[in-house]
Amino acid sequence: MESTFENDEQPAAGSANRGSSWSLWMRQTLAIMGLEIKKNFLSRRAFLLYLIAGSPLVLLSMLALFPPPTDDMENFSQLGMVYAGIYGGLILRTLIFFGCAWVFMNLFRGEVVDRSLHYYFLAPVRREVLLIGKYLSGLIATIVLFSLTTAGSMLILYFWLYPTESRGFFFQGAGGGQLFTYVGVTILACIGYGAVFLIVGLFFRNPIIPGLLLYGWEWINFLLPPLLKKVSVIHYLQSLVPVHMSEGPFAVLAEPTPAWISVPSLLLFTGVVLFLASLHIRRVEISYAGD
Amino acid sequence: MTPNTISSTTEPASTPAEFRTAVASQAFDKMIVFEDVSKFYGEVLGVNRVNLQIVPGITSLVGPNGSGKTTLMNLMTGLLKPTSGRISVLGTSPSHPETVFQKLGYCSQFDSFPHGATARGFIEFYLRVHGFTTQESTELTHQALERVSMLEAADSKISGFSKGMRQRVRLAQSIAHNPSVLVLDEPLNGLDPMARAEIIRLFRQLADAGMYLIISSHILHEVDMMSDSVVLLHNGYIVAEGEVHGVRDEIDEHPIQILIRCDRPQILAARLFEHEHTVEARIHDDRQGLFVKTRRPDDLYLLLNKVITEHALRVESVAPVDDDLNAVYQYLITSDGGQG
Repeated sequence: MESTFENDEQPAAGSANRGSSWSLWMRQTLAIMGLEIKKNFLSRRAFLLYLIAGSPLVLLSMLALFPPPTDDMENFSQLGMVYAGIYGGLILRTLIFFGCAWVFMNLFRGEVVDRSLHYYFLAPVRREVLLIGKYLSGLIATIVLFSLTTAGSMLILYFWLYPTESRGFFFQGAGGGQLFTYVGVTILACIGYGAVFLIVGLFFRNPIIPGLLLYGWEWINFLLPPLLKKVSVIHYLQSLVPVHMSEGPFAVLAEPTPAWISVPSLLLFTGVVLFLASLHIRRVEISYAGD
Repeated sequence: MTPNTISSTTEPASTPAEFRTAVASQAFDKMIVFEDVSKFYGEVLGVNRVNLQIVPGITSLVGPNGSGKTTLMNLMTGLLKPTSGRISVLGTSPSHPETVFQKLGYCSQFDSFPHGATARGFIEFYLRVHGFTTQESTELTHQALERVSMLEAADSKISGFSKGMRQRVRLAQSIAHNPSVLVLDEPLNGLDPMARAEIIRLFRQLADAGMYLIISSHILHEVDMMSDSVVLLHNGYIVAEGEVHGVRDEIDEHPIQILIRCDRPQILAARLFEHEHTVEARIHDDRQGLFVKTRRPDDLYLLLNKVITEHALRVESVAPVDDDLNAVYQYLITSDGGQG
């Protein structure tokens, strides 16, 4: 609802020395990120995130208590496939997915539940700036934690089973490159899923059901025809992982999308989703009733 | 005071067209203007066809629960979007928060704070979001906390504060950036009599300095004490607006009922009955409170302070009860062929 009385450039007596728009937006974004990062890492809600991100590390570390089952896994090269299974099946599809869901849905939905979103809405900050500040803070939290999960679980697995071979693999062989690629995929997953769950949290009062539907869609991706596979985040991420595992006898095979398409596609998709979210957030009202 | 006919600081215009003409003839960037504003929550009416001009000073929005006070305030601050009509706050649309909140502060009724925040940290943080530097934020926070007498508790966690202290923190946050418009939703809720008097004094100072204060209240004697003008709302409609003296006569006729939650209410009852304007005193069913009806609440508050000190009573809260207000409304909106 636009006013006919617009006079938006009128300065206010008590306003901040606002400087240029970009420098002001930067200051505001950093201020928002300051609090939000603290919340993402230190609030009670962060406990679940630590649980999700830390679970593979704990599980794999517990394996270290037992002697390596060398009979079952004599071939060092099999480890690449084992980790690809752990990464694709557990870390990427489940832990990062739900970790991002938890963090990014709560960026706005959590504040509505806590009845504290109005403090942001009552500040002279563009809502798009608020959205970006919150998104970046969520991104930092998830990237830090899930990169540690990705790298940590890979290193634990390799060094637990084959410490000597692993040293050579990571420092002289392809291991280092694979590790960085997995971490890169994790970062892209956080970027893509983060944007998806941010907008889900903005649009839905109860985002659990749409979240579960998305989870189902991402899981059945291997059954979908090639065209539909592309309407998902997981397809592009799976195309980027360094070791491809078999998706089973029922999988519909499709060529992986090359990295030069996958990465820009994911970033473009994220940009579009954030743009839509920023259009929506300008129209968001706060009543808290019923939330 | 009769509906829509009281002496008015801003002569009400009877139609939107007349209202637009009236607004156009004045400097709209010096006023808060509602032009034919309606808000519906689905099929439920929030406010309907509100035409209003608010000038500097204290304007009270008065009405029983559900009358549309908070809706008007949320519309003015952009937390809600009008279903139809236009709003301007000193020439700026509330749909542009980046501009409007440079000159507007809103102390809402939402009693919630970020987890683990201290009063100082909470206010400082939101000043940083405004774009103030760290040093400016620190100074402004100090000034705001000083104004609401919260400096001593500034570094304590808000979660440990009483309702009144939390109210004062919210108030400090809303005035910290020195806005020229201050919107306050039931700002005296939960405050003890001393704090009420102090905060009302602060409001008066701000209004005298040329600020616009829009205050919602369902407590008529408070409105009488602090307002320059009142807007009386009922079921989403403005039923009357104008200067406050019209309300004053009505208040004098109607005793106000106050609930004092405390231990040993019987002692309090005995003492309050000594007060000549006490009409009725009734102990609450749970024996942890006292309903008092009085025609002079200010005198009662003074006496209350004395009794609390003398008998070392533990008072949890002092709050007016709605019923009497509703009675006054019924009177106001039905008398003289009113619209009730």
